Amino acid sequence: MFELSSAEWTAIQLSLRVASVATLVTTPIGIAVAWLLARRDFWGKSLLDALIHLPLVLPPVVTGYLLLLTFGRRGLVGAWLADHLGIVFAFRWTGAALACAIMAFPLLVRPIRLSIEAVDRRLEQAASTLGAAPWRVFLSVTLPLALPGVLAGMVLGFAKAIGEFGATITFVSNIPGETQTIATAIYSLIQTPDGDAAALRLVVVSVVIALSALIASEWFARRALRRLHGN
Amino acid sequence: MLRVDVSKQLGDFRVEASFAAEGRVTGLFGASGAGKTSLINMIAGLLRPDIGVIGIDGEILDDTASGMHVPAHRRRIGYVFQDARLFPHLDVRQNLDYGRRMNRVTEDTARRARVTDLLDIGGLLDRRPGQLSGGERQRVALGRALLAQPKLLLLDEPLGSLDDERKVEILPYLVRLRDEANIPMVYVSHDAGEMRQLATSVVMLKRGRVTGFGGIEVLPGALLPA
Repeated sequence: MFELSSAEWTAIQLSLRVASVATLVTTPIGIAVAWLLARRDFWGKSLLDALIHLPLVLPPVVTGYLLLLTFGRRGLVGAWLADHLGIVFAFRWTGAALACAIMAFPLLVRPIRLSIEAVDRRLEQAASTLGAAPWRVFLSVTLPLALPGVLAGMVLGFAKAIGEFGATITFVSNIPGETQTIATAIYSLIQTPDGDAAALRLVVVSVVIALSALIASEWFARRALRRLHGN
Repeated sequence: MLRVDVSKQLGDFRVEASFAAEGRVTGLFGASGAGKTSLINMIAGLLRPDIGVIGIDGEILDDTASGMHVPAHRRRIGYVFQDARLFPHLDVRQNLDYGRRMNRVTEDTARRARVTDLLDIGGLLDRRPGQLSGGERQRVALGRALLAQPKLLLLDEPLGSLDDERKVEILPYLVRLRDEANIPMVYVSHDAGEMRQLATSVVMLKRGRVTGFGGIEVLPGALLPA
């Protein structure tokens, strides 16, 4: 029974690609934003915080539709990107990655922010008295101590991206081989007569991916504690 | 020579201190809450004075009148904190090497050997800070600050978190440091006995103000044999 068809494999591979690209591209941005939120006070900070968390509370279909309006071929940003840089998001796998990145961003940022907040600022002060400029303090003290949190955030973001459905299907539809991920493939399969077995196989795959991600994330969190205590 | 003439409001507490210190070890003496730590945080560049001037040997580090403020990482002022503040993700060797790396100084194994010998920490190099005793941690913190080749060394109650037995263990190292390392030091403490053993001149602080300045004879209480 557990023989994956090539169409199912395609959906799994596409999901992995979309989620990996979404996670890798958003991680540096997520670290920068997390650092800003953890360490700086500035005008509009709570607005930025709210904006980041918006995709978590909005219906995903709304996020997807907003993406379509903005990054669609006739969207404000989408048209400009297509005309000037030749980058198209609409109905492409890159669009799926964009949708997943935005949906996963709040889950990625949160553990990173918490782990940066947990880094003792007195250690950063010690580093500066030893001659480290602020960016070197960040790279040599703050980031290494927050690293397990960064990895936990990446794992969570990746898991969210793998499972993303609403925004993706609204923004880039459900095209096999281009934008059909595990989630949208399951959706198609359960609407097809005789699709149940295939749907079930993909369900098992997504449960396995999600569980591994959660266990990995927990493991990183525990390492973070050990690291902070210097053993 | 260290010259400090600063004023800083911290909540409803005000530090207003002016002194010039020459000599190997300047003791900043006062009860807790006298503003000692705020004062050396200003010298280190971790805290900016509201008004005032801080300078070492003619080099101005802070001058609020001209808006001058040299950031902590460019001051070359070593700081040994009461709680050591070793980097928990680095082993002792890497902690000791941190200042050299950040200041982009070439490796000097002879200097490192001198400092590790002076402080007897050569056997700890591969340990993590979490595996050190309080006294060992403080000695490594001393070594780390020294190896960054500071022009001035600030010590904020380096014995403060240790029990009496450990204090007796560390004190001789501090005396050796004073006599051999050839770096001017500012030593903060509320313990008159410690001060007598280490300081060459003393600045008395009370509620944020300098109330006395001179040799160790200005310290309160009966003179104990050092």
